[in-house]
Amino acid sequence: MSTQNQIPDEDRPSPAGWRVQLTRFREQKPHLFLLLFMVLIPAFLMPPVTWLTLTISGLAMGLMLFIMASGMTLTFGLMGVLNLGHGAFISLGAFAGATVVAFWLGDYAGSSSMLVNMAAIIPALVFAMAVAGLVGLVFERLVIRPVYGDHLKQILVTVGGSIILMELIHVIWGPNEIPVPRPDSLRGAVIVADTVPLIGGMAVEKYRLVAVVLGLAVYGLMIWVIDRTRVGILIRAGVENTEMVEVQGYRIRLLFLAVFVAGSALAGLGGAMWAMYQEIITAHMGDTLMISVIVVIILGGLGSIRGCFYGAILVGLINLYVGYLEPRLAAVTTVGLMMAVLMWRPQGLIPVIKV
Amino acid sequence: MAEPMLTLSGIRADIDQYHILHGVDLQVPQGELTVLLGRNGAGKSTTLRTIMGLTRVTAGGIRFGGDDITGMPTPQIARKGIAFVPESMGIFGLLTVRENMVLAAINGPIDPARLEWVFTLFPPLKTFWDRSAGNLSGGQKQMLAIARAIIEPRELLLVDEPTKGLAPAIINDLAGAFEELKGQRATILLVEQNFNFSSRLGQSVAVMDDGRIIHSGSMADLAGDEALQQHLLGLSLGAHQ
Repeated sequence: MSTQNQIPDEDRPSPAGWRVQLTRFREQKPHLFLLLFMVLIPAFLMPPVTWLTLTISGLAMGLMLFIMASGMTLTFGLMGVLNLGHGAFISLGAFAGATVVAFWLGDYAGSSSMLVNMAAIIPALVFAMAVAGLVGLVFERLVIRPVYGDHLKQILVTVGGSIILMELIHVIWGPNEIPVPRPDSLRGAVIVADTVPLIGGMAVEKYRLVAVVLGLAVYGLMIWVIDRTRVGILIRAGVENTEMVEVQGYRIRLLFLAVFVAGSALAGLGGAMWAMYQEIITAHMGDTLMISVIVVIILGGLGSIRGCFYGAILVGLINLYVGYLEPRLAAVTTVGLMMAVLMWRPQGLIPVIKV
Repeated sequence: MAEPMLTLSGIRADIDQYHILHGVDLQVPQGELTVLLGRNGAGKSTTLRTIMGLTRVTAGGIRFGGDDITGMPTPQIARKGIAFVPESMGIFGLLTVRENMVLAAINGPIDPARLEWVFTLFPPLKTFWDRSAGNLSGGQKQMLAIARAIIEPRELLLVDEPTKGLAPAIINDLAGAFEELKGQRATILLVEQNFNFSSRLGQSVAVMDDGRIIHSGSMADLAGDEALQQHLLGLSLGAHQ
């Protein structure tokens, strides 16, 4: 054998070198490190088909959580507003979307043609965003604006505002649960044939695949806006120093309002997607989801869209992996993950603002 | 003295329960560099913040180019043509140098010819154009802060202690940049503690103490009168050379 292609001993990374590189990777890219750790460990503890199915499902759940949480992390990062009423916008979006899919365009949703289904789904998502965004606009003006800069009052008034919004949902849609039939073309699963090695025999719900695609599209769009546009630069600058944004000649209050409306609209979009995922909705579904939403934004690092994205995926994945491996621990998984990450990195995975 | 671009009449301002400005009367002549001197805590920075609308005026009035800007919101004051470089520099450390400059160009895309001119004043900004502003050195951050203020033509530049904590070589570079701006007849109100730097650049001077202007006139007169310097500032130019 020729020795030319062999790596000289001195150039080969020593075990200590690997440890240093791993430590550097862990410190510089904690979100990717944790994600890889989270995805790879269960791969050795379950059959490949189960692992892949759970990973796709966890991604779908995580991406829906990301859409719901991204608005809240931005409002906290930019405006310093702790909006504990964010869950009400998730519920509102769910009910608005359900109204379109189940009632107004119910015939389209019931069709077996995917194109006709889309004629119900897209208006439902747009309507959910519009209703949540519009109510967000009123909410910012009436509830949030008087309490800028005072976290204690923000907690009190946003919780109060959230109760009012949920009662309004009861008034408009009634107190009972509402079934939301999933559009026909999104029912069922995509089956991978038995003949495919390793993953043959896998069945993945169609809706989860759609949620993954839609979630990634929303994330891509948000990152493009934040990284590439003047509005995005303004938002990032505002997260860092609102006073200097004003000194540059920009009306920060207008930016606050725009971000709050966008955040509420995203919560509405997430709520509508969650409604079609769960197929049954209640006015308090937003409250239930708020625990995961808060964990996601703390985990990711307050004010960080990228952190929120990775935090949401981690929460989605760990819920499903642990639910399969040890169902008794499923209830404490989300909070347990948050505690573990905060003990490691108190500032979250990708912090934007200093805590 | 040229016509005043900015006039402060009897300005009073508070920070929390403290009365900081006790009736500031100040005129900044058009096309000149005016230096505002005074000991720490005299109210110089608060005066600049009050002009920008960042600290609320409790009495008195501010006129800029014939308009009353008292109590106007900060963004509106900025859009009238006043740029402000605070003592902290106020750069956005999480943004790149380019993004900082893009935000500063409030009237649209950056004019390439003007950007080249800014690069001739502050060459390091071209080198670190796509780097994070938070990683710049102190002097480079100050260059970026001033570059942001001049990336578009402004009527008035307010600069708060630009030499604070900088090495002599960087201070020289900054002085060169201010000389260039003076050559273009820019109107500048400069707050400074460094008397050598101030006397080299300033055409007019105002001295503050205890929230009031206690002296105003030409910088040449103050620089040439050691007794007056001793009286107003407790220093002599000779002792600082």
